[in-house]
Amino acid sequence: MDGVWIPLALTLKVALWATAINLVLGVAVAFGLARWRSPAREVVDSVLTLPLVLPPTVLGYYLLVLLGRRGVFGAWLDRLGIELVFTWQGAVIASTLVAFPLVQKAARAAFEAVDPQLEDAARVLGLREVAVFFRVSLPLAARGITAGALLAFARALGEFGATLMIAGNLPGRTQTLSVAIYAAVQAGDDRTAGLMVAVVSVTCVVALLLAGWLAPGRVRRVRP
Amino acid sequence: MRLRPLAALLLLVASGSAGAADLVVSAAASLTDAFQAVGKAYEAKHPETRVVLNLAASDVLLRQIASGAPADVFASADQTAMDKAAAAKAIDPATRQDFARNGLVLIVPRGNPAKVSGPRDLGGPAVKRVAYGAPASVPAGRYTKAALEQLTLWQAVSAKGVLAQNVRQALDYVARGEVDAGFVFSTDATVARDRVDVAATVPTPTPISYPIAVVAGSKQPKDAAAFEAFVQSPEGRRILAGFGFQAP
Repeated sequence: MDGVWIPLALTLKVALWATAINLVLGVAVAFGLARWRSPAREVVDSVLTLPLVLPPTVLGYYLLVLLGRRGVFGAWLDRLGIELVFTWQGAVIASTLVAFPLVQKAARAAFEAVDPQLEDAARVLGLREVAVFFRVSLPLAARGITAGALLAFARALGEFGATLMIAGNLPGRTQTLSVAIYAAVQAGDDRTAGLMVAVVSVTCVVALLLAGWLAPGRVRRVRP
Repeated sequence: MRLRPLAALLLLVASGSAGAADLVVSAAASLTDAFQAVGKAYEAKHPETRVVLNLAASDVLLRQIASGAPADVFASADQTAMDKAAAAKAIDPATRQDFARNGLVLIVPRGNPAKVSGPRDLGGPAVKRVAYGAPASVPAGRYTKAALEQLTLWQAVSAKGVLAQNVRQALDYVARGEVDAGFVFSTDATVARDRVDVAATVPTPTPISYPIAVVAGSKQPKDAAAFEAFVQSPEGRRILAGFGFQAP
């Protein structure tokens, strides 16, 4: 059973970290994009959506070239004693990058749906901008952001291509469920593979059900 | 006029289908460059045939063939994978023959940053990671494991192991300097000689020999047998020798 639980624990750790980072980064960027009035806005949005459409191998390659020991940033990080390739932190970076657009898109839509009059009212009542964000905008957008975060969590759980390229296949250290499934299938160990496939499927269905239940479209209308 | 892009699109979709004379050769990853050359030479002699190479770790190829993948020839990097194929009745046992030999080497990134000169150095603190094929599915990994077990170094090295999906991935990890050392076949090290150095030749308990066989379900067994014969012909041997493979 260790063959399943260790990769499962690692996968959950990686997916939770990736989701937490994306919540902070994604919400900040989404809020900026929702409020930014500039023609460059859609260009930035498109570039940030790239991880959703690029092949995972392309992302993995970018990460390897940037963060590898001989990479642009990697060589610099290496001197500081920070290693990302073949570490679980590397897997977090891959998952974060791949799932980022899911949080950012959902959060931007949620912020844009917030009635600006409510924010103006808060300002008139003397709240500072930071307080307007935390007490008005964020709570009103919370449902959409949570739905995006759950989708991102499910995506991070299943992340494979970029993770395999940057974090490798180190049993017990970077071997997440999807990488372990790949290794088990290659080795002909169908029993272990099947068990892990079931675990991933159930976890993702639960995350999707929660995301659907929290999605903004499902807010119950208040009858007059 | 308006339909022209649509027609072009349809043509593109239709052109993807394979021709009738495709000979699918599933070959171990370590044979990548050698079999590309062998395939070209075979095509020159048999213009009616197109050699389509399917390259991966031997056990991956075996799994594909055993599950009914439409391959015609199977060339693996060790006897274990071919034995499994024979046990699964995936190959025609009468056609099985050894066609090449190889060696196992310990390689390091150019410049040898961790100062590795032999397998005994891998246990030291300077070496953090060692790449080799996953022994469960990659022959080069199985040879590595057997060789290190013989030296009673397996436990120490496997604690630092980075498992590659095939021998060429292990080679790439070393060439990029992401690991301090790795185990590959000597022919793989030759392919990347400008980026990796051979630190030592590693003796293996069983010789590294490559078997080839016609796949049991092949729709063109004659063509497959002709390809197998070509690999073992003087011309085929010469091409393989050019990539560092020894005669069986």
